[in-house]
Amino acid sequence: MITRIGMIAAVSLIVPLVSLAAVVDEQQATYRASGAGPFNAKIGEQLWQQNVMNAKDGRPRSCTTCHGRDLRSMGKHAKTGKAIKPLSPAVNAERLTSAKNIRKWFKRNCKWTWGRECTPQEKGDLLSFIQQQ
Amino acid sequence: MKKKTWVIVSVLGILLGLLGVSGLVVSDDDDEHEGRSLWRQSQLDVAPVENAFYNEECGSCHFPYQPGFLPTRSWQRMIAGLEDHFGENAELDAVDAQQLKVYLMENAADTSNYKRSQGIMRSLSKKDIPLRISTTRYFKRKHHELPERMVKNNPKVRSFSNCELCHAQAAQGSYNEHQVKVPGYAGWDD
Repeated sequence: MITRIGMIAAVSLIVPLVSLAAVVDEQQATYRASGAGPFNAKIGEQLWQQNVMNAKDGRPRSCTTCHGRDLRSMGKHAKTGKAIKPLSPAVNAERLTSAKNIRKWFKRNCKWTWGRECTPQEKGDLLSFIQQQ
Repeated sequence: MKKKTWVIVSVLGILLGLLGVSGLVVSDDDDEHEGRSLWRQSQLDVAPVENAFYNEECGSCHFPYQPGFLPTRSWQRMIAGLEDHFGENAELDAVDAQQLKVYLMENAADTSNYKRSQGIMRSLSKKDIPLRISTTRYFKRKHHELPERMVKNNPKVRSFSNCELCHAQAAQGSYNEHQVKVPGYAGWDD
């Protein structure tokens, strides 16, 4: 009986992790289908900090501009100042659980930050990095 | 000679008086004079947002402005230009964009009986398609007494776009001027 309760507890702990991993895996599978991979969290981290000069305001932008270097901390919208919840799945269980959200924010934020869409390779590396935070 | 001066003075006086009266009529639009009829007084300033999808999609980056602050034609243009949304990229897929558009259009200022919505509509000409609420004549009139140091140059406020920082009940659709508290200016009263 005790082992059964233990099993249930263990499974209920694992379930959210599985769904997060499943969503990331599914996204990375679509990137692989277009020729990208393998994905590397270290490269993802470099991309995270990579500055690109913005043509309009002449200032450098990176993922850290709004999300910060530490993904476990709160971020702040560069323009409106609105608080952004941590991106780290370890401290914010909602992160990386929706494929639709991943697609939406990659599209918007790659264009804002780097002035172009991210490649499937870059997205895969970034996801591997974010997932580990 | 003296008689002539008197005539000129009285004519000037009458003209000034007329100007004064017309000035009063034009500016007769303060909260105290608005919404005299009871049914309007009992309402909030603007219909509150009761759409979770709108709050999520738009409110994740900025205060989710009530659709009743801009006319239908403004929201149509807003949704059509999300890839350059005041310098930010706010693109949505077509299905989500359409869903928001329907909500915004059904609750736009020109479909609303709330007093702020009607005030905004009255301040627009038919050609105006404002994209910022803060550029409407109605908004400007309501905020004209605020010096830059209290809003734009106030690090705790920064912009008129942050409604909820001074209007604590903004999300509930209440913008009563007697509840305004400008951060850093406790006790200030116009």
